[in-house]
Amino acid sequence: MRYLSLTDSDQEAMLAAIGVSSIEELFKDIPESVRFDRPLDLEPALSEPELVAHLEELAGKNVHTGRELSFLGAGIYDHYVPAIVDAILARGEFLTAYTPYQPEMSQGVLQAIFEYQTAICELTGMDVSNASGYDGTTVAADACYVAKHATGRTKVVLAETLNPQVRQVVKTYAPGFGLEVVEVPHSDGVTDPDDLRKAAEDAACVVFQQPNFFGCLEPAPELAAAANDAEALAVAHVDPVSLGVLEAPGRYGCAIAIGEGQSAGNYQSYGGPHYGFIAMRSDFIRRMPGRIVGETTDTAGERGYVLTLQTREQHIRREKATSNITTNQTLLALAGLAHLSWLGPQGLRELGETCMSLAAHTRDRLGLPLVFPERTTFKEFAVRVGRPAEEAIRAARAEGVHPGYALKRDYSGMEDALLVCVTEKRSPADIDRLAEVLAA
Amino acid sequence: MKLIFEKSQHGRRAGTLPSYDLPAAEVPDELRRSEPPRLPELAEPEIVRHFTALADRTFGVDTGFYPLGSCTMKHNPRVNERVVALPGFRDLHPLQEEDGAQGALELMWLLQEILAEVCGLHAVSLQPAAGSQGELTGLMLMRAYFADRGEAEQRKVVITADTAHGTNPASVTMAGFQLQKAETDARGNLDLDDLRAKVNEETAGLMLTNPSTLGLFDEHIEEVAEIFHEAGALVYYDGANLNAVCGISRPGDMGFDIVHINLHKTFSQPHGGGGPGGGPIVVRDILEPFIPAPAVVRDGDEFRLDYDRPKSIGKVRGYTGPFGVFVRSYAFIRAYGPDLRRMSEVAVLNANYMLSRLKGTYDLPFERLCMHEFVLSARNLKRDHGVNALDVAKRLMDYGFHPPTIYFPLIVPEALMIEPTETEAKETLDAFCDAMEKIAEEAAGDPSILKEAPHRRPVRRLDEVKAAKRAIVKYGFDQHPDLGGEPAEGETVEVQKGA
Repeated sequence: MRYLSLTDSDQEAMLAAIGVSSIEELFKDIPESVRFDRPLDLEPALSEPELVAHLEELAGKNVHTGRELSFLGAGIYDHYVPAIVDAILARGEFLTAYTPYQPEMSQGVLQAIFEYQTAICELTGMDVSNASGYDGTTVAADACYVAKHATGRTKVVLAETLNPQVRQVVKTYAPGFGLEVVEVPHSDGVTDPDDLRKAAEDAACVVFQQPNFFGCLEPAPELAAAANDAEALAVAHVDPVSLGVLEAPGRYGCAIAIGEGQSAGNYQSYGGPHYGFIAMRSDFIRRMPGRIVGETTDTAGERGYVLTLQTREQHIRREKATSNITTNQTLLALAGLAHLSWLGPQGLRELGETCMSLAAHTRDRLGLPLVFPERTTFKEFAVRVGRPAEEAIRAARAEGVHPGYALKRDYSGMEDALLVCVTEKRSPADIDRLAEVLAA
Repeated sequence: MKLIFEKSQHGRRAGTLPSYDLPAAEVPDELRRSEPPRLPELAEPEIVRHFTALADRTFGVDTGFYPLGSCTMKHNPRVNERVVALPGFRDLHPLQEEDGAQGALELMWLLQEILAEVCGLHAVSLQPAAGSQGELTGLMLMRAYFADRGEAEQRKVVITADTAHGTNPASVTMAGFQLQKAETDARGNLDLDDLRAKVNEETAGLMLTNPSTLGLFDEHIEEVAEIFHEAGALVYYDGANLNAVCGISRPGDMGFDIVHINLHKTFSQPHGGGGPGGGPIVVRDILEPFIPAPAVVRDGDEFRLDYDRPKSIGKVRGYTGPFGVFVRSYAFIRAYGPDLRRMSEVAVLNANYMLSRLKGTYDLPFERLCMHEFVLSARNLKRDHGVNALDVAKRLMDYGFHPPTIYFPLIVPEALMIEPTETEAKETLDAFCDAMEKIAEEAAGDPSILKEAPHRRPVRRLDEVKAAKRAIVKYGFDQHPDLGGEPAEGETVEVQKGA
């Protein structure tokens, strides 16, 4: 029992102190009829070396991005995670603490969250950020719920160019939230502001993605204006890596900015755990879901940090809470703060520019027909491979290259469309290799 | 301590990126960033020192005893951190084709089988991101189940216990149900007469934690389930306290239809200063058609994602859930094997030992053996010496302990909710009990020691009222207000802290 400190003599002394003769007696309040009367049918225990060997074997069956040259993105990205992120997250104090309910014990993590909130507000141009949401999908549902209460309206409009995973989650939440979901089809790879304006009538909010799921740059300021014309809240779903290059949503009329934080500081990890971020204008602060850290002073007048505005939250407000969220993604958000601190404003801009110019180079180098030739793209773009995309993927993977994502999984009329993603980890030589296997 | 933004100096940087001799990116003018975000500008040494200083000002299970009731703050084995960082897990893309993710899918399938066995139920979805999302997912399943039976309009009420975590009523609202509260009887069980009066054809289900947040196993659990099942309703198990009963009693055998499990509690995903967690749901066969898609299934020797689930409620989170959490929890359980029961036995032994030591010093609202945690009341200290649960909590910090959960559950005045977990040594339990006894003596001798506590932390008691009133929730750079000039009251609010 390597995780237990109890010895036989401890057990004896403790049972005597309690006044019972056996461990079994401690469970006497459990009715006999619901006591489990056999050993759990689980595989035998593994020693630590055996455990590592077993998990290495399982991990070995996966084809990760170190084994396959990967151009797969579509919402989760193979960006470089700096070494300091691993080092900071390995600190046991951060790793093994919980929500800082007792601020005098937890000034470090509270300050880190306050700094994270500041970084997210700087990136997005918003006034207030929470301490994190679960991921880039659930924060979209959260934003729609905020918008419902802010506007008194129940329709939410989603651009079809919003990540399909995000749209699916919003649709799952919608019935409970009392929301009706309307989707606006794309027009040649981006959302048409006039289409959006029509759909936004009587809507609580409009959610669009910049850069969108196809990698195309949306006319985001016009989309926000279309939402605002209809007095619907404009919600932008943004990639943190793009925000050194692209304008902050708060600067072009958005009320709420949300996104998947993974590309800033988190490994791909087969989809999680990552963090979702949600930031908004101060008008909606009392509708914000989840934890918020605020500054205050102690009895000696020293600066300190506490969880604040808790009357929004489930543990105080119960059925009237703005959300049920309790455990969030603080450690992953801390990774985001560390990565953004490592980059700084200059590094973040360079990262965005590097990805964008590498992707443009890849587009030219592949020489394949573009699905949306008129559009400006960021780190992803869609090409036609001239045969079913799955076939091209299979053939490329046989050569050790994962060429991208088959858009037909989510969109009709895209049988031969491949979404190619290029991060700063792919070199021009890697891109040559991709061109070679796709041409074969 | 300065914020990282206050340490920033223009022109410094840590990260460098590869530079390729390629034409510059062309961003259309109307979309280009107008002003750079004011991210910190520091070289690597200062970043590392900054976060090290923050870690030094944070208390984790690694630092010391953390008996925060209902949160199951057990030791987090380090081998789990090693295996989760294996490139085959860490660097695996969630949209990788299934043939390239067989190890991940197999691990998830194995974990599903384990959780089904531990719960005595049939089908598992690992997708929910945390306990609260598991609750919401479970309620969505209830809704889908009744819709499928043509009872969606009729079944609109969900009942929760008056001892419930705040998440239960909050989830009920988010799922679009109406809330009704059930009362606890004098022994700490659900009041059966009260339940019988409330359950009818409008009832969709019950949400219950068992053992309850009082740390007590409901002695009539079968009757409780029966009352709901006879009315055609479902029974939901909030798995927050599963650490008490693994291998000892299974929710499915108790009569529950839907269970959520907190992988970060029972199965040792580190709590990370607030998260991440994992909130898988485990359900009876009648509910399997409705679980989130995709489901992880086995076909002979192969594992795959099943999207073809026409009755599924849909996705509740991106991809297939917080995979890294699954790796850690799977590794944790495999280290125990069938002896997982021992984990729960020792958790319950540790709690009862502390209870036996402390019940003479603090009030015990329900005179019973406890399960993995117990609730005391500091109302005797309040009555006799004018100190409250909050003061006791703050004074515990001076003795080097994280305080227990306080002011919860709501039905116990001046509640102190203590959960030691199985991983603490007897000496630690004794040291904590010694401190609790000493604090009771201090309350009698010189209550101001408690009122002014903590004395030995980086900050003194913090003014929560001012924080809420001013709502300074980010650094304001050159516009940042100076709160130091304002009088500080140290107004800490007597509300639930923990759970």
